[in-house]
Amino acid sequence: MSYCKREGEHRSVFLTEEDLAKPETLGSLVAEEEEDEEFGVILPNGEINWECPCLGGMPQGPCGQEFKDAFSCFHYSTAEEKGSDCIDKFRAMQECFQKYPDLYKDYEEDSEETTKTEEEGKGEKMGAEGEEKGSEQSSGGDGGSRVLTSSSVPGS
Amino acid sequence: MAGRVFCSRLQPVRHLARRSALQPRRYQSGGGGAGATNTWLVLAAAGASVAAAYQVYTSNRTKPLVEQKKDAYAKSGAVHPEAVAEQQLTPSSTEAATEESAPPPESETPPPPISLPDKVPYVLVGGGTASFAAAKAIRERDPAAKVLIVTQENYSPYSRPPLSKHLWLSGDHAAAQQLKFIAPWSGGKLVDLFYNADFCKVGELMDREEGGIAVLTGTKVVGMDTKSGSISLAGGHVISYDKCLLATGGRPRTLPLFSGEKVEKHVSVYREIPDFLTLDQRLENTKRVLVVGGGFLGTELAVGMATRYREGGLQVYQLFPESGNLGLVLPPALASWTLDKVKKEGVEVFPNVTPVSVEPESGGVKVTTSSGIELTVDHVVVAVGLWPNTDLASSGQLEVDRHLGGFRVNAELQACSNVWAAGDAACFYDPHLGRRRVEHHDHAQVSGRLAGSNMAGDQQKFEHQSMFWSDVGPDVGFEATGVVDSSLPTCGVYPKTSTELLQEGGAGVDDYSKGVVFYLSREERRVVGVLTWNLFGKMDIARKVIAEGKKEGEIGRLMSQFGLEPPPKPQPQQYQ
Repeated sequence: MSYCKREGEHRSVFLTEEDLAKPETLGSLVAEEEEDEEFGVILPNGEINWECPCLGGMPQGPCGQEFKDAFSCFHYSTAEEKGSDCIDKFRAMQECFQKYPDLYKDYEEDSEETTKTEEEGKGEKMGAEGEEKGSEQSSGGDGGSRVLTSSSVPGS
Repeated sequence: MAGRVFCSRLQPVRHLARRSALQPRRYQSGGGGAGATNTWLVLAAAGASVAAAYQVYTSNRTKPLVEQKKDAYAKSGAVHPEAVAEQQLTPSSTEAATEESAPPPESETPPPPISLPDKVPYVLVGGGTASFAAAKAIRERDPAAKVLIVTQENYSPYSRPPLSKHLWLSGDHAAAQQLKFIAPWSGGKLVDLFYNADFCKVGELMDREEGGIAVLTGTKVVGMDTKSGSISLAGGHVISYDKCLLATGGRPRTLPLFSGEKVEKHVSVYREIPDFLTLDQRLENTKRVLVVGGGFLGTELAVGMATRYREGGLQVYQLFPESGNLGLVLPPALASWTLDKVKKEGVEVFPNVTPVSVEPESGGVKVTTSSGIELTVDHVVVAVGLWPNTDLASSGQLEVDRHLGGFRVNAELQACSNVWAAGDAACFYDPHLGRRRVEHHDHAQVSGRLAGSNMAGDQQKFEHQSMFWSDVGPDVGFEATGVVDSSLPTCGVYPKTSTELLQEGGAGVDDYSKGVVFYLSREERRVVGVLTWNLFGKMDIARKVIAEGKKEGEIGRLMSQFGLEPPPKPQPQQYQ
């Protein structure tokens, strides 16, 4: 997975082979962030900043609570393999993701291998859709029930 | 829900989500359904093995740097300036050095008087790389030109980089003491430090119909008159010129702390042949040597000395105020990476400190740093920069740049009518990047050539960006062009190994082993400099990016041109 680090005015972008081969994604991955967050994901008092845009809105939305539980657990984990005591919470989060495939397509393990190339390009697209869906859901039960009855919900 | 892919910190979140996977795809243990804990352990074990295997794999696979560079340059069709420079050096015989081939000894008595000309059409003050390049360029445009090089040094023009590189690293100490080394780009033949040219005798220059290049060594130019067009030599002789080049280079900077009778004899600076010969000899009776300064010269010397004495007998220390070697050039992450490499070469490095006091002590000196460290050493080499030599500005009524130092010249390298400047001492106007002064070997070649050409009637502006390079030990090298200054914002792009298992435990091992760093102008975020890290032969592409004024937002689209391939993947069958 491509990622990026920053030290003052110096950015380092680490790109996977797949991303290197795609100029369109490179453009967005390498470009300067448009919003300047005031704090990073950890607040000065050590607590998690759920408002951080870097979390991609995941603390909100239908699986927000599961996400927060898992992420908090990981953050405060003092196990030797950090996070190894949070497996249940991650599993719960994963299961929740699977209930809303259109919103959390990127994070589904099943889609990892087969749709890897579409995934990155869909990252932004998903966001746009997500915003639409989000507003649909909040407007009434219809949106919710439509998603629940989607055929991609696995039985587990 | 906001799904915009922000570069900065989204990855850890995605990474966590993936790690919650119940069915690891690639490294499934026999009991796949045995539960989450087993899965975790398998992942962890596999991760550690992958990391180890990768280390073994890459270290066995790394070709020597020179071979990597040759491959890259052969592919791109470009020519490395070092290869060009080597072609210009005098080939040497591989037989034992004879009296004739020994370096000319530094004369203690003044040289016997030679008949000096009263006028020479082309007079070049300074006898280094820029001057030699200018002389050749003049002769190309004006084949019967009469060119006189006047140098303070007691040697005819020679190439400086080997003094801090090949003469230490090539392994043949005896050859190095003869100022010879194995030329890496020329199939391993032995070459001299000196530029190969048919210099004619100074006294004969003006009589030759075909002209020529003559070199007057050991002679200082103490004044110049740009109105009447003449230079005055120490001793009083005046030589008139039609065209004059100031390629006076510079003097190594010193630190007041290291002056003082008792201390001075243990301290030296480094730039010229005698500095090399003296240091080389001194090291035979030295157990501990300290290099002050973390730039190119300091770092190359420290690594060079540590390499020469790898078998033992010498401990090399290095101290500097930046947080990593080449800290004024490299972004912090790469400066740290370089620091680690330098340490691996056997140098004990003290970053983030300055020397605050120096006292004589037990036959050497004790240097105390700003952090309280005390280093007692036998010898100190101070490599803290260069003072450009602009002594002639006053008599020549020439402008000196207060901020950058050096003679102020325009984009055609002209200071005033009939006077040009090139090399380390020239502060010139670069139409793309603004006013600059560059202290690198290739720049001396490029600017010397340009000045020479213009002196002989051409009217070229500074267009071709020179490049510079450095090898940090045997397996890390870089090339760069443009304004490469770490005080500018940078964006570095590095291919990473595509296995995430190297990031087991949440603590990532950032892979800085290869990449491209773009240096950006602050206001416009335009690319003004490019550094290719462990990537060779891409300077023409880099020059184009700078010349075309590409901005930060376009970097993504440029990457394919740089041909960044990811580091080699580990072989799955090397572990279970």
